[in-house]
Amino acid sequence: MHEITLTVNGVVRQAAVPARRLLSDCLRHDLGLTGTHVGCEHGVCGCCTVLLDGEPVRSCLTFAVTVDGRDITTVEGLAGQDGTLSPVQRAFAECHGLQCGFCTPGFLCTVTALLRDNPAPSDEEVLEGISGNLCRCTGYQNIVKSVHRAAEIMAEES
Amino acid sequence: MTTKLFGEPVRRREDPRLLTGRGLYLDDLGAGALQAAFVRSPHAHARIRDIDVSAAIEVDGLVAIYTWEDLPGALAEPLPLLIPHPALTHGRTAYPLAREIVRHVGEPVVMVVARDRYLAEDACALIEVDYEILKPVVGVEEAAQSAQLVHADVPGNVGAHLIQEVPSAAGLGAREAIDAAPHTLAFRLDIERSASMPLEGRGVHARWDADDHSLRVHSSTQTSTSVRMAIAAKLGLPLPKVEVVAPDVGGGFGVKIVHPWPEEILVPWAAIRLGQEVKWTEDRREHFISSAHERAQVQSVRVGFDDEGRILGLDVEILHDHGAYTPYGIIVPIITATQLLGPYKIGAYRVAFSSIYTNTVQVTPYRGAGRPQAVFCMERSMDHIAEHLGADRTAVRAANFIQPDEFPYDQGLIFQDGRPLIYDSGDYPESLRLLKELIGWDDFPALKARAAAEGRAIGIGIGCYVEGTGVGPYEGGHVQVTSDGRVHVSTGLTSQGQGHETVFAQIAATELGVPLEQVSVVTGDTRRFGYAVGTFASRAAVMSGNAIALACRKVREKALRIAAEALEADPRDLEIVDGEVRVVGAPGTAIPLATVAVLSNPLRYAFDAEAARATQFAGTSSFDRPPVAEGEEPGLEGRDYYSPIRSTFASGMHAAIVETDPLTAEIRILRYAVVHDCGNLINPMIVEGQIHGGVAQGVGGALYEKMVYDGHGQLLNASFMDFLMPYATEVPFVETAHLETPSPLNPLGIKGAGEAGVIPVSAVIASAIEDAEGIRIDRMPISPSDLFDLRRAATGRSTSET
Ligand code: FES
Ligand code: FES
Repeated sequence: MHEITLTVNGVVRQAAVPARRLLSDCLRHDLGLTGTHVGCEHGVCGCCTVLLDGEPVRSCLTFAVTVDGRDITTVEGLAGQDGTLSPVQRAFAECHGLQCGFCTPGFLCTVTALLRDNPAPSDEEVLEGISGNLCRCTGYQNIVKSVHRAAEIMAEES
Repeated sequence: MTTKLFGEPVRRREDPRLLTGRGLYLDDLGAGALQAAFVRSPHAHARIRDIDVSAAIEVDGLVAIYTWEDLPGALAEPLPLLIPHPALTHGRTAYPLAREIVRHVGEPVVMVVARDRYLAEDACALIEVDYEILKPVVGVEEAAQSAQLVHADVPGNVGAHLIQEVPSAAGLGAREAIDAAPHTLAFRLDIERSASMPLEGRGVHARWDADDHSLRVHSSTQTSTSVRMAIAAKLGLPLPKVEVVAPDVGGGFGVKIVHPWPEEILVPWAAIRLGQEVKWTEDRREHFISSAHERAQVQSVRVGFDDEGRILGLDVEILHDHGAYTPYGIIVPIITATQLLGPYKIGAYRVAFSSIYTNTVQVTPYRGAGRPQAVFCMERSMDHIAEHLGADRTAVRAANFIQPDEFPYDQGLIFQDGRPLIYDSGDYPESLRLLKELIGWDDFPALKARAAAEGRAIGIGIGCYVEGTGVGPYEGGHVQVTSDGRVHVSTGLTSQGQGHETVFAQIAATELGVPLEQVSVVTGDTRRFGYAVGTFASRAAVMSGNAIALACRKVREKALRIAAEALEADPRDLEIVDGEVRVVGAPGTAIPLATVAVLSNPLRYAFDAEAARATQFAGTSSFDRPPVAEGEEPGLEGRDYYSPIRSTFASGMHAAIVETDPLTAEIRILRYAVVHDCGNLINPMIVEGQIHGGVAQGVGGALYEKMVYDGHGQLLNASFMDFLMPYATEVPFVETAHLETPSPLNPLGIKGAGEAGVIPVSAVIASAIEDAEGIRIDRMPISPSDLFDLRRAATGRSTSET
């Protein structure tokens, strides 16, 4: 067992994990943050995407022990302290960018990072940006629309 | 009415929860539960000689190991055959854990329970199963001819054989009509295996309350009521002691309608035995090799037609690959056989299918359920006829359409629900007109010529379908108005992302005249509503939607009756607006629905201020009647059921423009257009979303997705690395237009929309590639290398012909 300390959504959390514990399992089962989903456990679907020091990573391909001391944002940490949805979350609701919602946390994390780096992406850049996340329900065009809408909301609010 | 919400693109009420990580999917429940894992067969066909668990026993954290021999009573029997159609003469289902023989890679053999999943898998890895390998039967045509048998007692590997035949008006059989027709064509089509592949796999969590002798099971299912009945039957528990809840479900698309899955009875059984919560969450590889697939068929088609392209006779022989078992019966090939005729009236029709066992994963419905294969067959026929006659493809279709004044239209077949296949309503010529306009059909030749001048190959394709939706037998709804004015709606069918919470709330709010915010909806929880069939076959909105509307009408009627008494008015003069019962034309005279709820329930105790108005001393009741009149029930609530005489028939037409790369044979969809008619729209935003999602799955089926089995029955691409589902970069923008021909069969005039998007896509893309390339496309999916090979074969042929 390894004692690790992570800052998750701004809160310092500790866990004792075996070396092989995946970060996705650590977040979901050790820390109770079940918003991060696991769709494939082999790094293809993007459901498990979280932000590690701000960068999107696949938590199913990351061992929890390797991120000891780092800063993690999960879907639970995207809304404001007061519960206000982030622009990306609001845009997904507005544009019907989700159906079953299983892929959604991964998309939200990916898009949050995408728009931070590129606040006004072109259509091509949006497609490229989300091309590592699978969705089996929604058919992507409303997701693309959500990304553009989020960019708009962020521009309006900045 | 300000509260009319039916038909509005109301935003989804499930979203805030799902967008903040507060959704509760199966694996999010039961923290601390013991975890199950399974040893699954690595062989497609083998006899189990011995199972040695001695090494596994050493694993720290191991709790239990179970094999078939440990299973008691009904649990040791084969799983139920859910839909025993009389033509399924040799139905076979698996045991929850394999007994003696395994028939596909992935079949569960041993169940392990441990403190966590890692440890359970450690133990699985240490269990040694000694197999005697038997020869597998793989591939539907091979199986139909093979002397090898999947089940020793099923001759020829044929599970079912079914023929349906509709003669022409003149009494000719299809074969005679074809022989007598001015033109005939014969061809063969080949459709590959795909799968539902929801991003959340299956999962089960069970909790046994030893004090109360009751069981609560959460399952990622499309049918909690049926899972409940299966568990009660298999474990010998009284039904009221079993509750099953479908939590948030991360997509179903058909695979989660099969019930019970072995795990759905094994996990609860283990929870009872061990007296602890037990959970199992399927992983992706397990989903590929131990749940279900669909689509695989080989079809032989003969068609006879006249100079206008009118079909005089159609004869289709289908070999349907149903894998190793038939838990869900032969619904899929029956739907293929009966939905094949689409929007057309054809002279004479004969369809025969054989459903064949192979040593591969079982086949059960996947979104579209047999229809994509049916539409592929019919629409390929239409295209081939047009090509033969040198006619426009849409003209040939139009020549065969059922006309708007011909409804109800009886196709003369028996549908999947055992009832006559009678189309309720539709307007196919108008649908085609809209589609041609949307995609620019008539301008396409000029576009194609311009592209050709630039050295680019583009093609346009079309596909039409009719979809039987809203199949029975029934669904129900319960509506309760509580004394705070809130409306609680429940229905037994489940939700897997279709937005049922939203559309059912829209229906209730509209029917009862209350603001949407006051309505809450619960689905798939047998504690709230125990009678239901499930969510599949585009039936939820039609079935539960209408049941909820009917229940609301009962509640409304009662509310008006009680309010009329209180207001000393005639119920016919009352309306409910914004949660208030008002006298029409006299807005000052009103009583809140909340108060009506209070009045509906005569009380003894004043537990709060509202209740004080309904106690025995409140003073409004008359002394010559009991407080609850005969035939009445206390409370403002109602329950009703909707059970249709037959299915409603939605319809639609899709068109696409594709470009094929002259060198690499890469296929790109440039445009995709959909005209869709599902009767009255409850929420157009949600219906469009369903279409987008369906088209995306259809594109997967047309271009990418196929289960690749080798000759040993090994699934070679059982991961997302190798089974290619489309990403955002592969799915085209979908342009849509709606047509609304209401169904005369139900009070809301609606038809189902869940599968519409997926059904014709393979046919449309095949049609477009064929147009671009001038090469016949008769198998799906088609990859660039398939197209490359087809090109080579075509050039080879023309060289050898000259
Ligand atoms: S679960 Fe991590 S990428 Fe699929
Ligand atoms: S919304 Fe269901 S997988 Fe994306």
